[in-house]
Amino acid sequence: MNPLIEANDLLRIYETRRGLFGRTSPVRAVDGVSLAVVQGETLGIVGESGSGKSTLGRMLLGIDPAQAGEVRFSGRPMPKSGTAEWRALRAKMQLVYQDPLAALDRRLTITAQIGEPLEIHRMIPKEHRAARVAELMAAVGLRPDQAGRFPHELSGGQRQRAVIARALASRPKLLVCDEPVSALDVSIQAQVVNVLRDLQEQNGIAMVFISHDLKVVRNIADRVAVMYLGRIVEEASSDVIFQSPQHPYTKALVSSVPVPGKPLEGRMILQGEPPNPAERPSGCAFHPRCPLARDICRTSVPALRQIGSGRTAACHIVAGEAASIETLRRRA
Amino acid sequence: MASVDVTERASPGGLRGFTASLRRKMPISVAFGVFWLAAMVAIALFAGYLRPYDITAMDLTSRLSSPGAFKHWLGTDELGRDVLSRLIQSIRVSLIIAFGATILSAVFGTTLGFAAARFRGMVEHLVLVLADFQAALPFLIMSLAVLAFFGSSMMLLVCLMGFYGWERYARIARGLAISAGAQGYAAAVVQLGATPARVYLRHILPNVASTLIVSMTLTFPEIILMESGLSFLGLGVQPPETSLGNMVGFGREYLTRAPWIMLAPAAVIMLTTLSISLVGDWLRDKLDPTLR
Repeated sequence: MNPLIEANDLLRIYETRRGLFGRTSPVRAVDGVSLAVVQGETLGIVGESGSGKSTLGRMLLGIDPAQAGEVRFSGRPMPKSGTAEWRALRAKMQLVYQDPLAALDRRLTITAQIGEPLEIHRMIPKEHRAARVAELMAAVGLRPDQAGRFPHELSGGQRQRAVIARALASRPKLLVCDEPVSALDVSIQAQVVNVLRDLQEQNGIAMVFISHDLKVVRNIADRVAVMYLGRIVEEASSDVIFQSPQHPYTKALVSSVPVPGKPLEGRMILQGEPPNPAERPSGCAFHPRCPLARDICRTSVPALRQIGSGRTAACHIVAGEAASIETLRRRA
Repeated sequence: MASVDVTERASPGGLRGFTASLRRKMPISVAFGVFWLAAMVAIALFAGYLRPYDITAMDLTSRLSSPGAFKHWLGTDELGRDVLSRLIQSIRVSLIIAFGATILSAVFGTTLGFAAARFRGMVEHLVLVLADFQAALPFLIMSLAVLAFFGSSMMLLVCLMGFYGWERYARIARGLAISAGAQGYAAAVVQLGATPARVYLRHILPNVASTLIVSMTLTFPEIILMESGLSFLGLGVQPPETSLGNMVGFGREYLTRAPWIMLAPAAVIMLTTLSISLVGDWLRDKLDPTLR
């Protein structure tokens, strides 16, 4: 199956400046990321804040241009942001935002805003638009009497439902969700995630779900990519990665999720803060915090390598172990 | 059907809800302002029917007669012309200039400000340099020069006044549009595939309109006063035509003997500018759904 969206070696460098006349230092927000998502699949992207998840999401949608590498949607390269071609493509790919109140125009009723993509892309004749909006509102679980409300008159969860309804109005093929539930209450989170998952399954949408919350990602994603300082360090199917994480960073992330009924012993707790992305550590970016770090980790950057069927990791140790296990098997 | 429900329930939030809340809470000062402005507009529209005399008709037997007389309610001036008739005509002329110029400068300034925010780079620099230039230039001197060269006509006066204060709109509109673009809603609409025209006119303009309206309520009185000043200096509206500032200017000579000639137009200027401020302020709050 051909991937719906494909990214090859994406690169995005931000320049940060210290002080008025200070020197600029490059921050590699996204550094050589490749991924592919097929129709109907959900790819979860997890990582700490500052790991480049959101930038990657925006690059997949073509909002931020890639400085190197390319994004292909349905096999065609992404047009330049702001062109008519790019605008027309918005009907096929949509974004769900972290802060729904900021993403909605506070002066328009939610009906007007949910119907806006239909109006922009002239998709449905005017007289049928109201029916489509009502259908969308019902699909995301908004009551008909909330149609005339303004965004500030809704609760956080309802606002996010309105944003999701708006994103789905044009029947997109790809939905990028950038931390869609991290601003919501835990009880509301589950509802919104369920809405997203149901709608995705019904409509066969490909979804990129960006989050720092592993519980949510585990719940919704088919495949998970873990990012650390702008790079993917491990990628595998959701069940596999949570059952047996390989990369030390993934191990630490997975073991940081509390499991009810299990003692806290044996958890791998990371020391220190994520490093400043402007001063990326040499070699493997994770080595200053990695309990298994060896000399090679400080000097050479590990490449993302296949470590099993459908799973990859960027770690010298994991790759070495995998290699040694294979040699053991061959001997036996 | 679901669609019918939606449209039926959405409509009360619109016009009917607006008029209901209008009636429910309108402070007395605002009610006065609305009444006064409505009266002024009515007077301006029907000036031809309302004036008891022609503005140049002289009643030489009752020159400088004081207000309250049966023939001349607001008295007469030094040539025996009816002050009330002249006041009515002045309101018409001054209001046309002030409204025309305010709208012109708001549209011009906002357009330039949005253009600066949209294109950034060279366009933005150019607009900002022009705005700085306009702000640094003494407007009265420039007006004097233009009017002295081209002579005074109503059209020219409105256009000239229309340049007054545009730099404020341009700066406000630019700043607000840039911050709106950085905020979520404008970026979200761009991501929906909207054209820049739609983003600016349908989303950013309504969101920044309240600030622009306040700016308009500040500019409107200033334009009335500016026109008064120019007329006072003899470069604005030319006699025998009359405007509020023109009346104040010529009435000044009789300030001690016949103060009504000057006080009547001065009172109208003051009350109109006050009403505009009151109504504008109130309107800004009312137009914001988050404050309702």
